[in-house]
Amino acid sequence: MDGATYNQAVYQWMQVGSLSIEVGFMVDSLTAVMMTVVTFVSLMVHIYTIGYMHDDDGYSRFFSYISLFTFSMLMLVMANNFMQLFFGWEAVGVVSYLLIGFWYKKPTAIYANLKAFLVNRVGDFGFLLGIAAVLMYSGSLDYLEVFNQAPVMAGQTITLFGNHAWSLMTVIGILLFIGAMGKSAQVPLHVWLPDSMEGPTPISALIHAATMVTAGIFMVARMSPLYEYSETALSFILVIGAITALFMGFLGLIQNDIKRVIAYSTLSQLGYMTVALGVSAYSAAIFHLFTHAFFKALLFLAAGSVILALHHQQDIRKMGGLKKYLPITYWTSLIGTLALIGFPGLAGFFSKDAIIMAVHESTIPGSSFALWAVMIGVFVTSLYSFRLLFLVFHGKERFDAHGHPPHESPGVVTWPLILLAIPSVLAGYLIGTLVYGNFFSDAISVMPQHDVLSAANYHGLIGFITHGLLTAPFWLAMAGLVTAWYLYLKRPDFPAKIQQRMMWLWQILENKYGFDAFNDKVFAGGSRGLGWLFSRVGDRVLIDGLVVNGAARTVGLISRVGRKMQSGYLYHYAFVMIIGVWLLLTWFVV
Amino acid sequence: MMDFPLLSILILLPIIGGGLLLLCKQNHLLARQLALIVSVVTMLLSFLLYIGFDSTTHQMQFVERLSWIATFNIEYYLGVDGFSMPLMILTTISTVLVVIAGWQVIQDRAAQYMAAFLIMEGLMLGVFAALDAILFYLFFEAMLIPLFLVIGIWGGPNRVYATIKFFLYTFFGSVFLLIALLYLQFQAGSFSILDFHDVSLTLTQQIWIFLAFLIAFAVKIPMWPVHTWLPDAHVEAPTGGSVILAAITLKIGGYGLLRFALPITPDASMTLDWLVIGLSLIAIVYIGFVALAQSDLKKLIAYSSIAHMGFVTLGLFIVFRITANEAITIGIGNGQVLAIEGAMVQMISHGFIAAAMFLSVGVLYDRMHTREISAYGGVANSMPKFTALAVFFAMANAGLPGTSGFVGEFMVILAAFQANFWYAFLAATTLILGAAYTLWMVKRVFFGEIANDEVAKLQDINSREMLLLASLAVIVLVIGIWPDPLLNVMHASVDNLLLQITQSKL
Repeated sequence: MDGATYNQAVYQWMQVGSLSIEVGFMVDSLTAVMMTVVTFVSLMVHIYTIGYMHDDDGYSRFFSYISLFTFSMLMLVMANNFMQLFFGWEAVGVVSYLLIGFWYKKPTAIYANLKAFLVNRVGDFGFLLGIAAVLMYSGSLDYLEVFNQAPVMAGQTITLFGNHAWSLMTVIGILLFIGAMGKSAQVPLHVWLPDSMEGPTPISALIHAATMVTAGIFMVARMSPLYEYSETALSFILVIGAITALFMGFLGLIQNDIKRVIAYSTLSQLGYMTVALGVSAYSAAIFHLFTHAFFKALLFLAAGSVILALHHQQDIRKMGGLKKYLPITYWTSLIGTLALIGFPGLAGFFSKDAIIMAVHESTIPGSSFALWAVMIGVFVTSLYSFRLLFLVFHGKERFDAHGHPPHESPGVVTWPLILLAIPSVLAGYLIGTLVYGNFFSDAISVMPQHDVLSAANYHGLIGFITHGLLTAPFWLAMAGLVTAWYLYLKRPDFPAKIQQRMMWLWQILENKYGFDAFNDKVFAGGSRGLGWLFSRVGDRVLIDGLVVNGAARTVGLISRVGRKMQSGYLYHYAFVMIIGVWLLLTWFVV
Repeated sequence: MMDFPLLSILILLPIIGGGLLLLCKQNHLLARQLALIVSVVTMLLSFLLYIGFDSTTHQMQFVERLSWIATFNIEYYLGVDGFSMPLMILTTISTVLVVIAGWQVIQDRAAQYMAAFLIMEGLMLGVFAALDAILFYLFFEAMLIPLFLVIGIWGGPNRVYATIKFFLYTFFGSVFLLIALLYLQFQAGSFSILDFHDVSLTLTQQIWIFLAFLIAFAVKIPMWPVHTWLPDAHVEAPTGGSVILAAITLKIGGYGLLRFALPITPDASMTLDWLVIGLSLIAIVYIGFVALAQSDLKKLIAYSSIAHMGFVTLGLFIVFRITANEAITIGIGNGQVLAIEGAMVQMISHGFIAAAMFLSVGVLYDRMHTREISAYGGVANSMPKFTALAVFFAMANAGLPGTSGFVGEFMVILAAFQANFWYAFLAATTLILGAAYTLWMVKRVFFGEIANDEVAKLQDINSREMLLLASLAVIVLVIGIWPDPLLNVMHASVDNLLLQITQSKL
């Protein structure tokens, strides 16, 4: 490849007036990175599934779903216009719906998939309005034409409430980002992701860790030529990302389901990527997306291997000491965990440090809060990651062996783990090109005043690693590791005591800050109540009861009176006539 | 234009075929076969309309014009343009589906059942092809009779209430329509609808005429608050009746607004656009919530139809606001086209999707004889093939991109944003509400453990039902993936309509 961008229309989807919407593909550096991630992880998951889903009734259905997913995800990243982006965006949502509800007999699974779809639709609601705004003010849905219009649009305003004029780019930026909040599970639209763990584990790895949930990150990076014009939108993104990164990490500390711990970790890491977007470090966000895809897919698939070995046991309190039974799973998990906490030299170290440094450099509103959030987040990440590792693989054996000791999974399951462990170590070495080089210069644009990734701060890989060893994030990660070791291996009685002492805090975390209860009561319950009210009172009582049947009754009443008057007796008519004549006479005479 | 009287044949063939069917009362098989042949031939003939259609002109095509009642200047005047032609094809396809759907299900008076649908088909084609106001009114009223009979004879237990409600509602609307048409004849000197388009009217005259049209067509669409006949009619109607009701009858309301209200009374439409926009948005949001609260499958889909038709009326009437919006400096004129064509696509698409949804309910009803959602649960276990198709249609109903359900909603929402941010905001709530009521229904009916013994004993769809649903799925997908051929035939007519409604008659 000579690095040139491919951008061609395939066919015209519709022509409306002078507006032409086409189905076409654009492949540039950003798309290429996404395609690498999607196809590689997808391949690993396909192979893994051969072993993992071997005994499932829906074996072939599962493969057709994941193929459909790969298609949809590629459509999303390869689109050259907003309509097709939205197509891919919704299509991955549907496949996610189908796969979370793959075991459609499980009540929790079909609750989770409906919830996931609806929460995503809330995001898409904003996203679609954003697209509509883009069309109105740029006259096109084609990426390049819209980006060319961006400088003109930047000066425009839009009035929403009363007479206050909002910056157009801020409104577009926030509307589009609401879509990203749904898809990439940012607070408060994050609630669907933990529940999505009801789906089969390979799906959690592919869709709910490596690819689909990063679509929002990709989208914002793709729209960087628009976002650069609105510091307000960027600040909004930054703060949402920082909240997600920190507070979702806390929740990972108290989960006991192996997949949910990793799910909260995913939420927190998505928060890191969003923070990077907020400080205009788009390439750092994509780089973290890239490294995270490998080690998080690895961790999920390793978790699946553990679940398989323990006959579908997912509770980490009923694991422990699995290291000697599942050596390949253990060592690959260790690599994944170290990569996740940002151990120097592994993939996550490079991408996370690049983000933290970028936040440190940034001056946009919210960046000092974000810096605190991502710093504390490093400690929390390390704590929950090693808690998980220690509880599953080390310590006392607490599992029910079902008569025979657990054994390592077959080759189709372990080979993907090994193949994912390699980029979990090595992917970070691309930092010089991807983040501090000009690899993304054709796709991502950053204004000089927002540039927080200047190459001047980067002095090669060795320099980056040695610098990392001297800064706070590394020591925070180590502190997390040691704390986890002390609490879960050295003094395993401590966590229960802490829990009792800090019951109120534990309650808050156990209730996930009350988001689920609030949504269930206010949104789900409220909508059903409103529906009931409109249906019973509005339609049945007011319209049907009062107006329609009321009109019928009135007609009936009048006709009953009329019928009585036509009695057929002559003296009735004569009487009425006399009364009438008398009335007319009085009218005219008096 | 063409010597071959294609439109007359399209109208008369099913009516005569229906008449013949009444003769073979005893022989159900022969009646069915004859009905199938007639409906398929009509459908194939209607494809000639598409093939022979000249999409570069807004002029009426396939025109036939004969003097009929010369004293009153009433003519037998037929013709089609980019609005009516797609709706006619929708009609002929739907009728074939209805005939196949009733193949085994209708055992009671099958010949009369099929005859009613064929006659109705001819009359509905007449509605779309008529260019003389009295001819239009005749077809418009006459098509109610077979539909009335279908619900009244083959309907459910509460069919009498439903038919009377349906009849009174629509008749109430039609009276106003007749008055408006007669008044226009006095002004224009003829009953030609095209002459009506050119007649000049004062604003007061226009407002009265517009209100008459609005009442007549709002009942048909149906718009809030004159919608309550639809759920009752659907619940009592047999599957075929529901399909025609949803696919075609509702569209006649939308078509009426396009053909009469907008071009004849443009200034009144502009003055009163707030009324239609308001009612449309209520239909989308309020009815969305109402659909959520339904426990009857057919009622749920009926309410979903009302919400979807809200997009049609919204699309038609936001045009004036888009024209008036000074913030649009680029791509001027595209928004209006998006709005009108979006409304048209929504009509066609809803025709197919609602037909598919009602056929799916029919599949379940034929087996379980109940429409209560709570009687189902875990249908996916016993009917996997059917579930796959039903989930697909549910997604289409929720406006999934790649299906036809997306195209119209997408276009109207994009256009609504150009009229006013809040119109788009309220319209876009359908993304959430539509998904909520549709997929919640899917969850309760199809997913979960098998709810009871009857669900466990369900037989998956047979090849006849498979043919029906699969062909609809293909249509829904094709329009979703490539809507351009459908839009192409409308462009000239839409441009002409926009010209008519943006030029004041005052």
